[in-house]
This record gives sequence, C-alpha cells and structure tokens, in this order.
Amino acid sequence: MPKPLRQIISGEKAVVTAVTAEGEVGRRLRDMGLSPGTEIKILGRAPLKDPVSIRLRNYTLTLRNSEADFIMVEKVGE
Amino acid sequence: MATTVQWKIKKNPTFTIALAGNPNSGKTTLFNAITGAHQHVGNYPGITVERKEGIINLKDVKIKLIDLPGTYSLSAYSDEELVARNFLVNEKPDIVVDIVDATMLERHLYLAIQFFEIGIPVILALNMMDDAKRQGLIIDTDKLAKLLNCPVVETVARSGRGKGHLIRTAVQHIKESGKTWKPIQISYGAEIDLVLDNMTEIIEEQQFMTDRYPARWIALKYLENDSEIIRYGKLNGKVAEQLEAIAQRTKEHCLKTLKVLPEAIISDYRYGLINSILKQDIVIQEKSRQERIDFTTKLDSLLVNRYIGPILMIAILYGMFQITFTVGEIPMGWLESLFGWISATATLLIPEGLLQSLVVSGIIDGVGGVMGFVPLIAIMFLMISFLEDSGYMARVAYMLDRVLRIFGLHGYSAMPFIISGGIAGGCAVPGVMATRTLRSPKEKLATLLTAPFMPCGAKLPVFMLLVAAFFTEHKAQMMFSITLFAWIMALLVAKLVRSTVIKGASTPFIMELPPYRLPTVRGIFIHTWERTWQYIKKAGTVILAVSILLWAAMTFPGLPTQQVNQYELERQAVSETTQGMTEQQALLEINNREGQAALRYSLAGKIGTSLEPLSRLAGFDWRTNIALVGGFAAKEVIVSTFGTAYSLGDVDPEAADTLSTRIAADPSWNKFTALAMIVFVLLYAPCVVTVVAIAKESSWGWATFATIFNTTLGFGMAVIIYQIGTKLFM
Repeated sequence: MPKPLRQIISGEKAVVTAVTAEGEVGRRLRDMGLSPGTEIKILGRAPLKDPVSIRLRNYTLTLRNSEADFIMVEKVGE
Repeated sequence: MATTVQWKIKKNPTFTIALAGNPNSGKTTLFNAITGAHQHVGNYPGITVERKEGIINLKDVKIKLIDLPGTYSLSAYSDEELVARNFLVNEKPDIVVDIVDATMLERHLYLAIQFFEIGIPVILALNMMDDAKRQGLIIDTDKLAKLLNCPVVETVARSGRGKGHLIRTAVQHIKESGKTWKPIQISYGAEIDLVLDNMTEIIEEQQFMTDRYPARWIALKYLENDSEIIRYGKLNGKVAEQLEAIAQRTKEHCLKTLKVLPEAIISDYRYGLINSILKQDIVIQEKSRQERIDFTTKLDSLLVNRYIGPILMIAILYGMFQITFTVGEIPMGWLESLFGWISATATLLIPEGLLQSLVVSGIIDGVGGVMGFVPLIAIMFLMISFLEDSGYMARVAYMLDRVLRIFGLHGYSAMPFIISGGIAGGCAVPGVMATRTLRSPKEKLATLLTAPFMPCGAKLPVFMLLVAAFFTEHKAQMMFSITLFAWIMALLVAKLVRSTVIKGASTPFIMELPPYRLPTVRGIFIHTWERTWQYIKKAGTVILAVSILLWAAMTFPGLPTQQVNQYELERQAVSETTQGMTEQQALLEINNREGQAALRYSLAGKIGTSLEPLSRLAGFDWRTNIALVGGFAAKEVIVSTFGTAYSLGDVDPEAADTLSTRIAADPSWNKFTALAMIVFVLLYAPCVVTVVAIAKESSWGWATFATIFNTTLGFGMAVIIYQIGTKLFM
C-alpha cells in the first residue's frame, strides 16, 4: 500500500509511486529527481523531527513534512 | 595605434560561452579556474541575481565567459532559473557549457536534456571526475557523448584539470555548429506527442513568439504550465487563449485517464530517457569501492544528528566567534599603530589650525577607526565562506528551519542572520544581500528587516567600551548575552511583522545537502575578498564623508570671540599666579571647559542638546546624542564621536581604555544608562549603507519602515530598561 513519505521511519528504504503536488512544489520536487520508480532512503530528521533528509540518485535532499506529504511511496520489501 | 587595435578585434572574433549547471556542480570553481582574477561581478538588470563575467584571450579568439546562476532545471521556479533561461533566449550565447557532477549524472543530466530541448549548442563538462574515481565509478565518456550527440569533456574544477581541453572543444563546436539552434524532439508518449504536434502547428502558423523560442518548446511549456511563458504569451495575441485551452483539455484528460498531471508525465519521460541512456553501461560501479562511497553520509550522521547535531553546530559557531576575536586582535593592533603613526605624522606636517583638525580628527581618526576593523571582518568572512563552500551552511539551514519557521522565517534565513553578525562580528550589508536565496518575498522581507539587529562588527566597539566600563567582571558573559538578546529580538520582531504587516503562508523548503568538500583556497579568497571589499569601500566613501560632516558639525560655529577671549584671560591669570604642575593642571582644566563650551555651541552640540529632553528618558545626555546621531550614518563613528565628545583636552580620544574609565567615572553614567545604550545601539536604525541595501533588495518604502520602526523599538526598549532599572535598583 502506498503511503506518504512522512510515515516512513529513518533508515528505511522505499520507492516513489507518485508525486501528487501540483504547481511549483510539484515541479520543484520533480526537478530534484523525485519521479515514480525512484528509490529513496530516509537518512534522518532534523532536531524537531522536521525537515526530513532523504537519499536518492546518489545525493541528499531535505524537505519539510508538509512537502513529504505529497510524495507517495511504497516500502521496499513489502 | 588605434587602427592596430581595431584590426586586432576584427581578426579575432569574440565567442560568448555560458557556464551553466546545478548548484554545487563546481561551476563557480571552474569559472574561477578558467578566468583567474580577470572577472567582473555585476547584477542582472532588475533583479539581484549576480552576474559574473570573465574575458580570456586565446591565440585566435577572444572568449567572453559568463557564469550563469546555478539551476536544477529551466522551469522558472526561482529567479536564478528565470535569469538563466532569459539569458539564453535574449543574449543567445554561442554555446552553453553544462557542468555536470559525474557522481550524480542521473539528476544533473535533467538540466542537460532541457538545453537539448531548447536547442542551443551545448557541450558537457563531466566534472568531479576525481570524486567519481574515488567512489569507484567508471564512466564511459565517449559512449555518453555519442548517445547524447554532444561533446563531453572530463574535468576536475578544483585542480583545473581539463579546463584547456574544455575551452578548445567549446570553440571548435561553435565553429562546427555554426551557431544554429537545433532543438531535439523527445517523445512524451503517444498522447502528449499528438497534442504537442497539434500545438506546434498552430504556433508555427501564427508565428507565435517564434522569434524568441522554438515552436515545440513553447508548446511544451504550455503543457508544463510554465507561468512565465503563459504570462508572456498573453501579451502576444489571441493564440495564447487557444493554446491555454488545449493545455487545459489535456490536463483534464490526463487527470481523468491516468490520474497524473501532464507536467508529471513530461518529467517522467525525461528521467526515463536519462535512465535509458545510462543503462547502456555508461556508469559502472566497482563493487570493492562501494563501501567507501559515503564519507558525506557518515559525517552527516554526526553533524546533522538529531541530538548531537545542534550541540556541534553551537560549538562550531562559538569556535568561529573565538577565533575571529583572538586572531583578529593581532592585525587590528598593527593597523591601530599604523593609523596612530599616520595621525602623528599628519599632526607634525600640517600647521596647527582648522586644516590639521580636519585631517587628523576628522579624516584619519574617522576612517582609521573603521579600517581598523577590516581584519576582524575579513577573518569572519573567511570562516563564513569556508562554511558555505564546504557545504555546512546548508546543514545549518536544515537544522534551523523548523525553529525559524515558528517565527515566520525560513531555513534560508539562518545565513543572512549569521553573516549580519549572528555570531558577532559580521556586517549587515552582505547579510542583507544574502537574503536573495529566499524565494518568498514575505520571508525575505522579514529576514531583511530583522537581520540588522545582529551585533555587526561596527557595533562591537561600542559594546566593548561600555562592557569594559560597567561590567568588568562579566565581560564574556555580557558579550554573549548581547548576541543572544539580538537573536531573541530578531525572532520576536520577525514573528510580529509576519503576523501583522507581512502575513502569509510559509514557502516550501526543498533543499539539497551538497556533499562535503574541502573548499578551494582561491574560491574562499575570492568570496572573502568580495565581501571585505564592500566594507572597505564603505570606509572610503560613506564613512569618509560622514567623518568630515561630523567634524564640521562639531567644530562650527566656533565660540564667539568674546567667550574665547574670556578663556584666554583666565589662562593668563593662572599663568601669572601659579607655577609648575599646578599651573599645568589648571590650564588643562580651563582648556577642557573651553572645549566643552565650544562643542555645546557647535551645530552638533545644539542638535544633541535639543534632543536631550527626549533622550533623558533613556538616560542619554547631549554628548551621547551626538554620537548616536552620527551612528545613523555608520555605526563605526559612534565610538570615535563619543571619544571626541567625552575626552576633551589632551587625552587621546582613540584609546578605548581611557575613554571607558572616563565614562565609568562620569556621574551622569551608571549601569542602566550603559545597558540602555547597548540595547539602543543594537536595535536602532540600520546604517545608511544597510538601508540602501535593504531598499535595493525590497523597496524604499520598506527601507524607511526599517529606519523608523527600528529606532522607535530601540528607543522604547532603552527607556524601559533605564526607567525600571534606575527606579527599582538605585
């Protein structure tokens, strides 16, 4: 079952199934390489549990939980 | 002579090469390596994105190299992307050199694909080849070039390896391609392709903006819902409506049948194309080296760890604070002696009188006082540049984003605050300019308005003077508390303005954490120099002018002859009645009184006195007022003016020690006056140069707002501290 990126715990891996954001945010997320099929790994979260840092396409990206909600993922191995 | 030059220019054609690439791709490092010191920094018209240019002369061609701002895409998300895109279509460079990070080909080729689509001649610089080798990545460059149908040159920007080859390849490609644009056509699936063909036909038929952009590219941008192209299209006739309608229909259709937006489909196909190319054994990962890959991830597990990260961040920033002051003190001492010597020499060379007073007390003391802080500022900027170029600043933004958001700010606000003096000793001018990274005008404004609260290098001497005079036992704690207080005020005021005058939702935070890299010495020095130079320029222009004006205001009008004669008579009387030490002392006392009277009689004295009824509420007397009014122009002049106003007679006004003991002994001063003054100096109107910078980044309206609001706030706080303090504790 796909679920929003926010719900994935640090250290887990997942695959992007959809980026549901429209407009600017959606465009930016796609520009940064978040497209369906992309493998990601949650590296960790900032001191107040937000933003989150993820690893994809051999680089590190950080985004807020409010943006992570637009990214639907499926956990690897499920 | 003139004819030879002309002939030379005719013989050597000028080629324009634009360097483009993702942020952190090593673009600026490569630019610095190619152009060396021959570069020119300016701004793109209308916006505050920096434009860097360099000229290189080769044997048979002259090359104009433009460093475009770093962009992830040409989607017009940020000012930088818009600038890059508009530069390509408006100024039509002969070629784009797209710098891609060899370790992140997948993401970096996304931009390259968009250059291919717009059709401009492109060559790729496969940068960071050393990093790629270290990570065990083997890249088949020739095959990549063949599949992309564009030259690919391997480079290592840090060492400059491959730069010559890169430029030669670019020049050759310009000659071969004949500067013609050849847009490639990517398939976006049958449905989108059909729509694109249909739209392209309409665009070509009506010649809709085809003088600027390729037809299919315009169609693509309509499907991608590109706000800039759509807005521009509206100005270009009825066809726009037709295209918008088609785009809208396609969007509805895609959402209904595929549950995705056309723009998502387009970007998926781009990544699909990149993957299909890379899959053909372009990149091979050596298994044995895989373990070594992530130095950055390992370092990050410590530096951005939820618990240890913030502690390390405070330690690093505090360390910078310490280094700045301990190391900075040494060259500061040298400069102080140098200006002392210049001042003494000028006193000897110029006969006593108004000219001597102007040169020594006005110009040399004023400008010297500011120049003395150049080493401090330079060291501070050196370390800030190191943190920026190493990639750590992005981590600071990441860790502080959530906290800053509470106050209506953004993770990107952290850097302007730190540069402005957030760890004491920066300068608000580059700080204000650093707000450019903030995309939302509202968050940018809130940052702009509050960054000048930070204890910049110019305010520090005032604090040091007052702390030395009244809080001798708690010097370090006081300086730290002042910095902390500045942050608290900045955050609270940001919250206040963000919930009143500049209300609005927060903007997204989507930021790359670049790999940690040891910055190049050249890069850091160029960076530091640019910022320090701004500070020096300020000393040479604004502060020079202000010093002269202040000197004049404190000198003219002179005492009426009658009073001067009065003091002369007194002196004669003393000389006749006393001798030796007593005579000297009595004379000094008369000179002081005369100086006091003269200052009070001068224009500055009159202004100071007229403000006294109001300023008394905060405990400031007329002499303090003179210094504070001078500080409107530049905070640096507060201490020197203060010195002149307080240490009359033969005491050296520049020696802070003497000045601080004098103030400590002055009956009109106490702890609370000092606290009130510290708070006022911290908060009141930004200096003139900062106000101009604020106006440039926002508008004159906001710059005026900052001046009035900050002064009112500072005065209010000062009055509260002074009144409560003196009533309750004295």
